[in-house]
Parts: sequence; C-alpha cells; structure tokens
Amino acid sequence: MKKEEQNDARNPIEGLLRMDRMPHIWCPGCGIGTVVTSFAEAVKKNNEDLNKLTVVSGIGCTGRVAGYVKLDSFHTTHGRAIPFATGLKLANPDIKVVVFSGDGDLAGIGGNHLIHAARRNMDILVICVNNFNYAMTGGQVAATTPKGANASTAPYGNFENAFSLPYLVDAAGATYVARWTCLHLRRVTKSIQEALNHRGFSFIEVITPCVTLYARRNRLGDGLNLLKYYYDNSEIQHGADTKTLDIDYQGKLIVGKFIDKEKPTFLDAMDTHLNEVIGDDYQLYGRLNDD
Amino acid sequence: MKKVKADPKGVLTGSHYMDGDFALAEGGLAAGCRFFGGYPITPSTETAERFSERIPMVGGVFIQMEDELASIISMIGAVWGGKKAMTVTSGPGFSLMMENIGLAAITETPLVIANVQRGGPSTGLPTLPGQQDMMQARWGSHGDYNIIALSPDSPQECFDLTIKAFNLSEIYRVPVFIMTDECIGHMHEKVVIPPAEEIEVVERKWYTGPKDKYLPFKLDKDGIPFMVKAGDGYRFHITGLTHDERGYPLLNSKAQDIKVRHIVDKINDNADKIIILEEEDIDGADIVVISYGITSRVAFRAVQTARKAGIKVGTIRLITVWPFPEKLINKLAKKVKAFVFPEINYGQMVREVERSSAGQTKVFPVHHCGGGVHNPDDIFKVIKEAAK
Repeated sequence: MKKEEQNDARNPIEGLLRMDRMPHIWCPGCGIGTVVTSFAEAVKKNNEDLNKLTVVSGIGCTGRVAGYVKLDSFHTTHGRAIPFATGLKLANPDIKVVVFSGDGDLAGIGGNHLIHAARRNMDILVICVNNFNYAMTGGQVAATTPKGANASTAPYGNFENAFSLPYLVDAAGATYVARWTCLHLRRVTKSIQEALNHRGFSFIEVITPCVTLYARRNRLGDGLNLLKYYYDNSEIQHGADTKTLDIDYQGKLIVGKFIDKEKPTFLDAMDTHLNEVIGDDYQLYGRLNDD
Repeated sequence: MKKVKADPKGVLTGSHYMDGDFALAEGGLAAGCRFFGGYPITPSTETAERFSERIPMVGGVFIQMEDELASIISMIGAVWGGKKAMTVTSGPGFSLMMENIGLAAITETPLVIANVQRGGPSTGLPTLPGQQDMMQARWGSHGDYNIIALSPDSPQECFDLTIKAFNLSEIYRVPVFIMTDECIGHMHEKVVIPPAEEIEVVERKWYTGPKDKYLPFKLDKDGIPFMVKAGDGYRFHITGLTHDERGYPLLNSKAQDIKVRHIVDKINDNADKIIILEEEDIDGADIVVISYGITSRVAFRAVQTARKAGIKVGTIRLITVWPFPEKLINKLAKKVKAFVFPEINYGQMVREVERSSAGQTKVFPVHHCGGGVHNPDDIFKVIKEAAK
C-alpha cells in the first residue's frame, strides 16, 4: 500500500480516540475494543456533546479505556473509578460521567463502591467489561469466574461462587441494568445510548473474550470460538428476573435489558429533601438549579 | 498566584466558642471548600457533622462515602470537577487513604486532609490523643513524593491553618495535611472568624490559553503546571501511571526521573516560603525545646519551670511540620548544648532533628506513647538532664 492510501484508511471512530496513543495494548481477539466501538457509536448516534462527556477507569485491561478516548478522561486507582466518578459528578453535575472498567476492578476490589453508587442512584453510567478473570495480571481467578473454570490462581479449577452482576446491582438499587456479550454489537450500542440518557445509576455488563488467558487456559479456542459460544448460548430475555442470571461455566448466557426505571438521583433527592426541610436558606445545588 | 477575598457565604464572621474539629470545618468553608467526602471516625467526626450541617446554606456538597478509600478519591474526582475539596479522618482512616494520596501527589491534585490523631497502631486509642502519624503523613504512600503538613495548637489555629492549607495546596498543587490531635480537636476555645474581606484565598491556577494547546503537566515559570476542569472542552487525560507533559503514560526511567524529581522538589525548593514556625529566646539558649501541636502547650509549662531553675531555654514551635526546617535546625545545632523534643509518639519527628543536627549536638527525645499529653515535669526532667 502506498503511503497516501494508508493515510486515507481512517478508523471510523477516530474522532473519539486519541490516535496519538495508538496502537493500543489489547490482545488480538480481545473484546474490549468492540465495546469501545459500541460506546463511540452510541456517543455519535446520541449526538453527545464531547466536551461534556467524561470517562473514568480503574486499573486493568479495561482500565486502559480512559487513556484511549479523546474526552476528559481519568485513569484512577484499582477499584476506585466509581467513587472518583461520584466526586466528579457531584462537583460538576453538568457533565455526563461514564465509568469504563473491568469485572475485577468494579466487582472485586471495588465491589463496595459499586453497590453504594447503585444504592444512591448516583447519576453515572457504569460499563463493566466482564472477561471472567484478572487479565492484566495474567489470568487470575475473579469474583466473576464461573465455577469449574481454570485460572492461574485456581489451577485445579474455581470452586468459589461467582457474582451475578445484574442481580447484585439490581438488589443494590440500580435503575438501569443490562447485560450483553460483545457479539451483540448493535444491542450494546443501543443500551449505551439509552443509558447515556437515563438519569440515575446505569449498569451495562458486557461479556467479552479474554483469548490470551481465560480461553487459552480453559482450552476454549480463539476469539472466534468464543463468539460462537456467545452466539449459540445467548438468550435474550428482556425484563428477566435478575435472580435467574447466574452464569455457569460455558453455560447459557441470559442477556437483555433487565431494569429501566425512574427514581430520584442522589442530587435530585438531596435538592428536593434539603429544599423542603431547610427552605429558603438552602442554596440549590446541581441540576435543579437549571429548572 | 491569584489571591481573592473569601466568598462571604462560607465565612461565619464573629467570635465563637467552638472546638478544634468544628473550627476545621469553618476554616474549610471560609477557604472556599465546596466538596466534603467524609467517613466517620473518632475523634474527627465532628468536622464532618459540622460540614454536613453548614454546607446546604453555603452551596456545595457533603457526601458520606462508604469508606475512606472512597472519601479521598471522591475528593480527587471533585477537584478535577472544579471544586475545592477536603476531608477529615484519624489514624485508621488515614492508613486507608494512603494509596490515593499517592494518586493525588502524582496527578498534582490540590486537596486538604485533616488528621485528628489518636493513639495507634490499629484501632489503638480511638478517644485519646496521639501524634503518631507524623512520619506516615510524609512517607505513607508508596513511591517518592512530597506533601505539606501543618500542625495547629489551638481551635483558632485549626481555623487559620485550614485556610492556609487550602492556599498552599492550590499554590503548589499538592495534598496538604492538617496534623492535629484528639486533644485540640475536642478542645473548646474562643475562635475569632474575621470578615470575609479580610480572608485571603488563593484561586486555582486555571489555564486560560488556547484549548488545543493545553498540556496538563507542562510546568509554568513558577514550576507548577496550570489546571483545568472536566467539562470545559480541553478533553485532557489524567493518569496515575508515570506520564509526560500531555498526561499520557510514559513508562521509562527518564520520564520517571522527571516526574519524581518534580513532585518532590517543588516542595523542597520552596521550603523557605512554606515553613512557618515560632521561635522564642533562641539567641544565647543552651537548650532549645522543639515541639508542635498540643505538645507545645504542655512544653511551655516545662520551659517556664526550667527558666525559673536558671536554665537558658529557647523554644521552637513547628507550625509547618513538613517540609521540616532542616536548615534552621542545622544552624542552631552548632550553637546549642542540646535539643529537647517532646512529642506524643515513640520517636518520629525527632528523627528529623537528629538528621538535621548531623551529630553537631545532642538530641533528647521525650517519648509519650499516646493516650494523653506529657506531664510537664517529665519534659522538665529531660531539659535538666540535657543542660548538665
């Protein structure tokens, strides 16, 4: 290929990417890039103001997303993306805050923050890329690893129970909850579009292949084999009872939008309550200021 | 550095009878703090309570987070969202904050944390005083970095130094700690809050140049980079990884060398401007008693007794504890017979005196392992011993 031709071959979502940071670190066959593409599509379709959209990540493979999106973006410490996002959102209610991180970061080390942000109905969107293991550190067992799967710190197979993330965040108070695999590109995009417009705590779990570690160690083949597994075993059940969403090793994957409801956000509740109790002395804060 | 008058909304002008913990909250409000990410812990909780009660009338947010890990990082988020932020804690909570103090240091995020110290380690003595987190304040997070720490000796100083702490944090883009203790925290005294127009507040060092030219970590002439906040169209990146001027990760020893030297040296190079202390009768003194916080009030009594006994005693009260006034101590070490250093721990800041003295004079620590303040007689005995 001639040089000029190469320059013409542009990535369709490069307006949203820090092209000066490419190539990215993700492995061939990894699903994180697909989720970033869905995110970029959703942002484009929603016509989001890129100056008012912020991405916060923790640590891990998915934690690198913040470094690649050309937005105000924060790569924080392990497990702490959600409370960082909480502070950011409360300090500047005009911006939309998206937490983009992995299962180990959000549900393992950061699990406490996950449930509390859901409980408060903090107005942020959490995109959790679930690859069933700690990938950045070499494929260790996670809070989401299905029972029976092998991991580098579960070399005889995992015997712990796994979190069902939609059930967890639903129980904690999330007001938008969906799960997809990264094979469901358009549905992930649509969910992100909806969640970006949803006021309150939104949680989208996207199951993705970790080809280098989880799949290799469990002899599940390459990226295509895993997408085939998603294709054969995913079942869309919108509105399914979140109690029924456990994932067995190489078992059925129930996907869909499970929760989409209205409830006052943290800031709405704060403004309404304090205004009512304190009266005129209360200095309205946050979105109610604009009303 | 842009100095402005305090926003009158946050300033409770007048004479008050309040404790040190409340004064910390009032100092924060006067300094323009509009975000408090709290977590209750004895003996600091009253500050969070006061803030939660006052902030609705001032215009800002108080949120009680789920733990101290969350409270500190919510502050870092709030600062990048454009607010001034503070929190308050005590030993166990301070320990939990350490990792993200490192994040604040490497991302040069200005914020203020007050540590109302209690006896440790572990749960230790929740309701009783200590000065046992002094080294942790300086070295507690992993890696090389620097911070500023101030130590008030009264509720009035809790108010005054909180404003000072915010100003220093904005000038140097650094975490600033107020290292107080249970005794000062729960001590009720007169606190005079001046009118807003008499309170000088340092504004954040906002960048105002062209948007596409902004580099988050490019040093300005004064050695400190400009700041922006999320939502203003800069589309900038901040990471806890070692990074270059653009804020992009750059993982090699050269980038590390530049970053580490910068975040350490920006404080060391300005130490003379940052250090505040009170000296008394230093000239011609045989013995100099060095102290900080509540211990300086107790030491005062011992010094009076020693003077009555004919010993020539001078005093130094450290108001800034970090950076440590090593030049002054080194100079004095050539002249005095000995330094006496009482503190409520088993030997922490006294190591700095030993290091700064460099063997030129004797250094006598007066240990107290926490749970109370020194008996002035114990300090006097050591002064007498040192004067022999």
